[in-house]
Amino acid sequence: MANGTIARTDNFRSWFMEKLLMGMTWPEYMRTLITPFNVIAAGILAIGLPLIAMRFYIGLSLVTHSSNEYPWGLFLGWGLFGGVPLSATGFVMATAYYIFGFKRYHPIVRLAVLTGLLGYFFAVVYLLTDLGRPWRIYYPMGVAFGTASVLFLVAWHVATYLTVQLVEFSPAVLEWLKSRRVRRWALRVTIGMTIAGIILSTLHQSALGAMFLLAPGKVHPLWFSSYIPVLYLSSSVYAALSMVIVVSTLSARFLKDKCGKTFLSSLPKLTLGLGKGAAIAIYVYFAIKVIALTHDSNWHLLNTGYGYWYLVEIFLLVLAPALIYSIGFKKRSVNTVRFAAFLAVFGVVMNRINIAIITFNWNLPHHFAHIIPPWKEVAVVLCIATIHVLVFRWILNRMPVLREESDYEDAH
Amino acid sequence: MAKTPEKHVVDETSSAPKDGGNGLKEAAPGRISRRCFLGTVTAAGASALISPSALNAAGEFAGWPNRFGMLTDLTACVGCRSCEKACNEANNLPNPSTSFDDPSVFNEVRRPTAKAYTVVNRYQDPKDKNKFVYRKIQCNHCNEPGCATACPIHAYNKTPEGPVTYNEDLCFGCRYCMTACPFYVPAYDYDSALEPKIVKCTMCYGRVKAGGIPACAETCPTGAITFGKREDLLKLAREKITKNPDRYIDHIYGEKEAGGTSWMYISGVPFGQLGFPTNIPNKPLVEETKGFLSAVPLVLTVWPALFGMCYAALRHRDEVEEEKAKSKKNEEEKNG
Repeated sequence: MANGTIARTDNFRSWFMEKLLMGMTWPEYMRTLITPFNVIAAGILAIGLPLIAMRFYIGLSLVTHSSNEYPWGLFLGWGLFGGVPLSATGFVMATAYYIFGFKRYHPIVRLAVLTGLLGYFFAVVYLLTDLGRPWRIYYPMGVAFGTASVLFLVAWHVATYLTVQLVEFSPAVLEWLKSRRVRRWALRVTIGMTIAGIILSTLHQSALGAMFLLAPGKVHPLWFSSYIPVLYLSSSVYAALSMVIVVSTLSARFLKDKCGKTFLSSLPKLTLGLGKGAAIAIYVYFAIKVIALTHDSNWHLLNTGYGYWYLVEIFLLVLAPALIYSIGFKKRSVNTVRFAAFLAVFGVVMNRINIAIITFNWNLPHHFAHIIPPWKEVAVVLCIATIHVLVFRWILNRMPVLREESDYEDAH
Repeated sequence: MAKTPEKHVVDETSSAPKDGGNGLKEAAPGRISRRCFLGTVTAAGASALISPSALNAAGEFAGWPNRFGMLTDLTACVGCRSCEKACNEANNLPNPSTSFDDPSVFNEVRRPTAKAYTVVNRYQDPKDKNKFVYRKIQCNHCNEPGCATACPIHAYNKTPEGPVTYNEDLCFGCRYCMTACPFYVPAYDYDSALEPKIVKCTMCYGRVKAGGIPACAETCPTGAITFGKREDLLKLAREKITKNPDRYIDHIYGEKEAGGTSWMYISGVPFGQLGFPTNIPNKPLVEETKGFLSAVPLVLTVWPALFGMCYAALRHRDEVEEEKAKSKKNEEEKNG
């Protein structure tokens, strides 16, 4: 009896050390945690977490300056509208690999799926921080249905897609836990899940844009267009390809010891390929942008203050990354392509923030005074973003994402 | 100046009820109840399969028949704020920080807040610098409200009587209704940690349903606010404008804005100069998203087939290549 308990405790201890402490003992593990990055992260959390807690006891007014005219701020502008296109990685790469047969991209598919999964998860975290009564998050699914609402569609799709991505990523978790039987089951639904992912992503990526169709007088006419759902969808494609480059670049640099040989050796070539794809996707997006501008005959607005800002966006943050991508691909320069990827990602986020924050209510008096966020709002956003990075790193450190588990190299 | 009647009967086709003046009690023949309307829509949807003209009829909603509305005559308003006071009392709202007699509030432009359904603002009369024009702001109770279109939980309801109501028991506080409202009406209780809610004018729905009239219209000493059937109010507004072309500009604000509102305004000064939003489309906001939402079922049905076919083609290519490789191997074995 007693011996059995001891054996079980030992089993648990070795399991715990192997799985969670990466094979180290507690003191060893704790020592590895003291790094400059972690110290800064701890500082950010020390400010942000109490603010989030206090928000649930004093009210939203503590952490945002959202008002009756400006109901949404950084939480949604950055976290939801900016975060979701960058999280299209899972759907874009899974489609390319499983449906279109870009087999060479195998080493980065899992990383792309994880980026998507965590991106959506944290978009929901930002949303929960912003909702007045987050504990009612399931209301659109079970209590009352606003079927005419675009947000109703977004709510359903984000919830469903989060589940789909969890299933898509589950083989990595199951390999980590060495659960062969469940893993085999999870692999069997891959194609179905991938196609479900395409449907759900097509609809909610565009729906996030369609949400602003209800604010025709509020979003500046240069950004407001009946094409906005298509613009959101098409920009999410190049956002995803660029984001895969960004995340794989950072992983290969900062978590090199967790990367498999295949991952590291194939990355330069794959980066060039992704860059080529992203460039084409940007040219498509740019063309639709010009069509939208022409369709609404808004050319005359280009010669205004907002017009200049619009030109900065579409030339420096859309067209320029595409050109840099093209040059990088032509010269076979991986670093040039990587630079373009960072710029493109920044451009997509800027576009979403332009629509949700910077040009929203552009015709109200003292508009610019309203759009500068207070420090507490920035602190909460930084805090959630830091947790995002920490969770991402935690998973990459443990689960077979950047490398293949030796027992499972057979099939994917 | 048309004086608001003290009592009204909701349905003219039924005989005036004697018990408490509640005309809403029974659905008389000419009156379409909500359930009846939904039934009609379903039937129209079913018949749309047969007749294309019925499809068009089901797509557009002309508004609840016999709905009520309000008409604010800005030329009659003297800025006494008794409507604000009456509203505050009728709806049990918290006491304001400055009293309702204090004219200092006019020094700033105010808007409805979590503590006030309605506010009156003062503007200098552009025609006569020594005079003022006053504007009352509150929910306009759109015929097809943007807030109701935006709400993912159906917390808003356009009642057949006209008022747009909001149910805080359903709201999770996404505030999309505030983003969607073209008139910047819904206010949010940002200071409440656990029970924040949207606050907006209800057009005194309870009173209207019981046969009464909204508190602001009842109390207005100059008759600047008239309550009645929306159709009658439109006629009244047109009549006033036609009879006094010098007094009014030729525009009924709310007749067409955002597809028409229950609350309408006539004025001697262009509405844009009184802070009214003037860049609002004349069609209901729901029209803006209809096209997108109608594409949703198409994606749901076509995408699986399309991408399933892509996958099938990929598998096919793999199989053909495998067979080729196999036959090549066989041949080599035979030859070798």
